[in-house]
Amino acid sequence: MPVPGSTPTDFIHSEEFLAGLQRRQFRLSVTCAASFLSLLLALPLLNYFAPEIMARPVAGFPFTWLLLGVLFFPLVWLIAWIFIRRSIELERREAELARSKRSNVA
Amino acid sequence: MLPPLFAAVDPWILALSMVTVAVTLVMGYWAAGKSRTASDFFVAGRGVSVGWNASAISGEYLSAASFMGVAGMVMSSGYDALWYPVCYACGYLFLLLFIAGPLRRFGAYTIPDFAEGRFDSPIFRKIAVIFVLFIGFFYTMPQMNGAGTALAYIFKDISWFGQTGLPYWVGVVVVGAVITLNVAIGGMKGITLVQAFQYWLKLFAISVPVFVLISLHGGYGKHLEANRPAATPAIATTATNPAAQDPAIQSPDGIRRELLPAKAPTDDVWLNPFGPLTTKAPRAANLSPEQSRPYALLYTYSLIIALVCGTAGLPHILVRFYTNPDGVAAKRTTMWVMILIGVFYVFPPVFGTVGRNLLPELYNATGSRGPDKVVLELPLILNRAHAPWGAILSGITCAGAFAAFMSTFSGLLVSMTGALAHDVYGRMLRPQSTPNERMRMFKWCAILVGGVATLLGCFVEKLQINFMVGQAFAIAAASYFPLLFMSVWWRGMTTRGAAAGMLVGGLCALVAVTLTNFSDLGWIDLKPFWIAHPLLRILCEQPAIWCVPLAISLMVLVSLATRAQVPADIRMKMLVLHAPETLGLKQEYVRDHDGH
Repeated sequence: MPVPGSTPTDFIHSEEFLAGLQRRQFRLSVTCAASFLSLLLALPLLNYFAPEIMARPVAGFPFTWLLLGVLFFPLVWLIAWIFIRRSIELERREAELARSKRSNVA
Repeated sequence: MLPPLFAAVDPWILALSMVTVAVTLVMGYWAAGKSRTASDFFVAGRGVSVGWNASAISGEYLSAASFMGVAGMVMSSGYDALWYPVCYACGYLFLLLFIAGPLRRFGAYTIPDFAEGRFDSPIFRKIAVIFVLFIGFFYTMPQMNGAGTALAYIFKDISWFGQTGLPYWVGVVVVGAVITLNVAIGGMKGITLVQAFQYWLKLFAISVPVFVLISLHGGYGKHLEANRPAATPAIATTATNPAAQDPAIQSPDGIRRELLPAKAPTDDVWLNPFGPLTTKAPRAANLSPEQSRPYALLYTYSLIIALVCGTAGLPHILVRFYTNPDGVAAKRTTMWVMILIGVFYVFPPVFGTVGRNLLPELYNATGSRGPDKVVLELPLILNRAHAPWGAILSGITCAGAFAAFMSTFSGLLVSMTGALAHDVYGRMLRPQSTPNERMRMFKWCAILVGGVATLLGCFVEKLQINFMVGQAFAIAAASYFPLLFMSVWWRGMTTRGAAAGMLVGGLCALVAVTLTNFSDLGWIDLKPFWIAHPLLRILCEQPAIWCVPLAISLMVLVSLATRAQVPADIRMKMLVLHAPETLGLKQEYVRDHDGH
């Protein structure tokens, strides 16, 4: 039983565990965010610099309208789905790591 | 007295709307009988399943702006308005990636709880509470506008004290009173159930009329194609000739088009990016279309930042993550929310597109009598050939609109009332109050907040619903988003850094959008100034592009300057935020914290 206010010294409470944890989680989030943002932020630029291509008709829709009004949603679902699978897996591995170190110490 | 008053009202529309209201109220009462403890009242006992919670979050999130405003804005502004639904949905991704998991692991009733727990600072709690109220009131205004618009539409033909049509403010007051009462009685448990139900009602109400409309009047793509000048050369000649025999035009695809009024944007401007919404300021300053384009690009980016970051910072949505049993469930919930709202958001732009072709007379009015009511009124055109189905479908969309502003307004009311009752009263004014006293206070606070929100709603008739929501998002993006994002991922944040960034960023955004609103409502005359400085007008109308970086850099700078004040147990706090919940660090943290 740790004394209130003091920080225990086992692996779970170590700087090493926290730093690794935060780094891996942040890397996953940033990768997903970057792939999403590069698409989202590229669209206005494409509209700006290549208006003819983006206005080309596809099934009646201007291409850019089809992208933004319809196709963007499934794309975001895909990124979210990948993130959730990876992050649940990541969490499971982190918990395993922490437990194995704990039992080693004990 | 009643029969002559209601004789001019379509019975289908009235009946379906009233049934929605009645079901909402009955469910609220029914759930009220079940919520007894204070914990039930605030976060629904924390045991809501993924499916229920996802439906409820979606139900709460799909506001009058989504249901009525998006369609209205697509009709009035064309392509540029599509950024709204897309970013409303995509903002959830940011919430999922950076904020949902850690926040849930940290566990607290409200965002002010998180602010206080992360920084051990009761003062910071007060700042956070202020922003719950700021953002909340800003977000209730468009809901109230939707309510006023919908009731004015339903009762448009009645005579009332010598004038025709129900005044806008009556609708606002009636709906405001009904919802306030409902929240004061039911608490959040009622709301979870009601809002889950309302999501499905809204999806039904927006999709079924769209399917009927496009099966009878041509598909989404065809209606867009009819706006392409090359595809329908007949329009240009007929439109310039008002003496033409038939006021409607048949495009080569067989899409019927009514004549566009002079106030409507032209086809080319409407269909393509950088149209009326984003180029308003430079055009008012008499810049050429070519010169306006850079301004429009800037506007677009600022809008994207506001909507994406703002979603991640909306207080009434964040509080829902605490109602999940664990962090994995919180993530699954976000996934389902994105699917549910993404499916929904495909439909409103269809209303805007078809409405432009079939109901262009709405362009002649603004605010509650203009394009914002296209969702409600468009199905009525089916009555010309298929009565009474037009009225029935219009009744369905009215019911959906009621569900939309009722659910969002309830959610906001709960979160704002919770902030007042739980934080201001329970923690600041009377920390020794009993749970029963707080429950009673919750009811009084609900009435107070509901009353103020209703009053504010009465003033904004002329503003576009969607536009106002965009502004509420800009404030959230500049205050809560930087706070949450930085506190979760950067251990160097100090209380002063967080407070400085959040206050300055949020207040700058608030002042900027208030200035534009006041000048648009004609309360202060800034027109000459805006014409002279179109860039400043854009930066005030959509302030996220400078407020969000400002808030974040202030947080970093002030935190670095006050480095000594980083909380002593920051490593433990970061562990609780990031370590898997199965390790049980949260319980340990709470025990240690209560120990000193």
